Amino acid sequence: MIWNIPFVAVAILIGLGVYAMMFKKNLIKIVIGLNLIEAAVNLFLITLGYKKDAVAPIYTNAPSTNMVLPTPQALTLTAIVIGVATTAMILSFVMMIYRRYGTINVDEVRRLRE
Amino acid sequence: MFTLETGSGLWNPLAWLIAAIVLFIIAYWIRTFGEKGYKKGTDQEKIFFAGNEAPAVEAQHVRAANLYWGFKEGIGRWFEMLRDMHTGLATDYVLWFILTLAVILIIISLGKGVVQ
Amino acid sequence: MIAEEFILKHGPALLVAIPLFAAFATPFISRLNEKVRNAWVLLALLLNIYVLFIVGRNVYHHGIQLYVYGASNPGLALPSGYVIPVRIIFELDALSVFMAAITMLLSFIGALYSISFLKEHDGLDKYYTLLLLMTASMLGMELTGDMFNLFVFLEILSIASCALVAFRSERGESAEAAFKYMMMSSLGAMFVLFSIGVLYGQYDALNMAVLSKRIEYNLLDKIALALLVAAFGMKAGGAPMHMATPDAYGEAPASISIMLVGGSQASLYALFRVVFTIYGGMLDVTSVGWIIIALAIISILIGVSMALLQTDFKRLIGYSAIAEIGYMMLGVGVALAVLNDGATYGTKALEGGIFHILNDALDIGLLFLVAGAVYYTTGKRSLNAVGGLARNMKYTAFFFIIGMAAVSGLPPMNGFASKLLIYESVYQLNPVLSIIGIMASILMLAVFAKVFQSAFLGPTLPEHKDVGEVPAPMLLGMALITLLIIFIGLFPRFVLEHFVSPAAQALLNRMAYLGAVGGA
Repeated sequence: MIWNIPFVAVAILIGLGVYAMMFKKNLIKIVIGLNLIEAAVNLFLITLGYKKDAVAPIYTNAPSTNMVLPTPQALTLTAIVIGVATTAMILSFVMMIYRRYGTINVDEVRRLRE
Repeated sequence: MFTLETGSGLWNPLAWLIAAIVLFIIAYWIRTFGEKGYKKGTDQEKIFFAGNEAPAVEAQHVRAANLYWGFKEGIGRWFEMLRDMHTGLATDYVLWFILTLAVILIIISLGKGVVQ
Repeated sequence: MIAEEFILKHGPALLVAIPLFAAFATPFISRLNEKVRNAWVLLALLLNIYVLFIVGRNVYHHGIQLYVYGASNPGLALPSGYVIPVRIIFELDALSVFMAAITMLLSFIGALYSISFLKEHDGLDKYYTLLLLMTASMLGMELTGDMFNLFVFLEILSIASCALVAFRSERGESAEAAFKYMMMSSLGAMFVLFSIGVLYGQYDALNMAVLSKRIEYNLLDKIALALLVAAFGMKAGGAPMHMATPDAYGEAPASISIMLVGGSQASLYALFRVVFTIYGGMLDVTSVGWIIIALAIISILIGVSMALLQTDFKRLIGYSAIAEIGYMMLGVGVALAVLNDGATYGTKALEGGIFHILNDALDIGLLFLVAGAVYYTTGKRSLNAVGGLARNMKYTAFFFIIGMAAVSGLPPMNGFASKLLIYESVYQLNPVLSIIGIMASILMLAVFAKVFQSAFLGPTLPEHKDVGEVPAPMLLGMALITLLIIFIGLFPRFVLEHFVSPAAQALLNRMAYLGAVGGA
């Protein structure tokens, strides 16, 4: 039962991230919510590969040959890099919005409505 | 080669074009029966504005927001409901996505199992 | 043909590699000269069209082609001793080649149009780099046979298209539209990655064919399917999750709006691939089919109604693009709902939906190019500020009439052919769907008649007295699309039999997709 804690953590983190994206009024907080969801999905991918009493999948000086699955770790690396690029770009959009609008409150960044 | 067969009908664009050209020629021939001349430069050329002076031509152009005014007044409630839906808040976009995701999740999870 | 054997052997990889290499070489080449850079971009896209022509002809005649990355022979999916393919595989069937052809057409027209549309802007080397990156990512999404590869190309598409939406950085609204579009795209992509994780965790496979063989449709698979349908549906622009899409279409430069249409259609292709091929045999077709039909009907109604209210030219076309995506989803949703009953109208509905993908790309693309032409000559975005442009811009007005007739489904244009297929087959499932479709087509004609009256008809306004016609590359781009529209409108059976029917059959033929990879 204790081995399910990472999955519960993933669920809680996704819930917090979606809550931050839905109900927070500051654009930076929305970006933080997006980052929470990305972190949660990366944690989920890593947790999928775990085997009981297994070690890291590195062959040099390995204590045993019972290793966790390496494929999810490759997927997670790619996802982390994509997350970094996405966060950098979306934060630069927030900077552009602040320069043009003078505010980063969601209620006032609303010129494109209806 | 030119006929598209839908499951329950036919559509031949070349036959339609030929029919349209024939009808156009007939309509043009009927048009030549009309009154041929008019005196240029007299009152016959001016716009009828109930006896008043028509405003300048450039001021008569109806802008895009005013076209279809009657249509928008007639079914105003549908458009008002749609306008209220599209608030423009970034957080509302996420709200609609999560709501639709929840509805799709519920419908698919309660559907049947494996197709037998 | 030049180098045909080499292209046949390595074609699928070349299709993504050529735009990618051209994208990274563009900043260096643009230091030489502007004209050299424009020629480089156009040549790279023309070379890619040539490669696609050879590869596509092979796929249409001989069936599915595989390309295995890193193997000794590109067709070798299972080296000796393996029972599942372990490398990343590109699997090209007729539907992939069909979508790739639409993508290449849209990006070539976009690049040709932007040569003179954006001539006075600076930062154009980054613009062309991002445009080529968008092309590479759309082609990657349409050709791949691996789920995580699909996710990576989806993210590249989001990043490149959002950077291009914010290209006009002097306006605050562009940054706002880019922020909203990026936020929604990232959220959707994260849910796609989550469901890929769920599927990988159960079946230990990322390849689409292997997943399709092993899938069991238990509760976790249902959750993954719901997440994938919602995320890809949102990226394609299905209502009620559509709200970031008209913002992005309205604020991007016109040549990028035409490529965003291609991006939406690539996401729609990913949705069809997930529903028909991965989950194909094990789906509950009634619930998923009716979900897609419900999304389609809501998209059609909201898209057309909101388009009536707009006064910004490109935003209006963006809303009608959402309505047209609804038509595509309606045709394919009906085909899915009757998949197991074996009704013939299901196949016709699928052909109508896929045919409409091609027609809609051309029609909405032409309308976006006309909107860009109006902005180029008058500098105004709103329809309230223009009038009487048909006297000075005769060719543009003619192209707009053709585009208006095509998008509202008037004969003899191409929109009528595909919409007729959709109406007649959808009617046999439920008449109400067909009635809503026809009503929305008439409203679409009303929307564009309003645009035509306010922008092109009427007296010449004094502030637009010396407006001229747009330069030649823009006219050439619009003329190419118009010729294609008229050709497809006059010969629909030719296009249907030779291009659309094989694509529809490839989507329905799940066993051929699995058999090409082989193994257990």
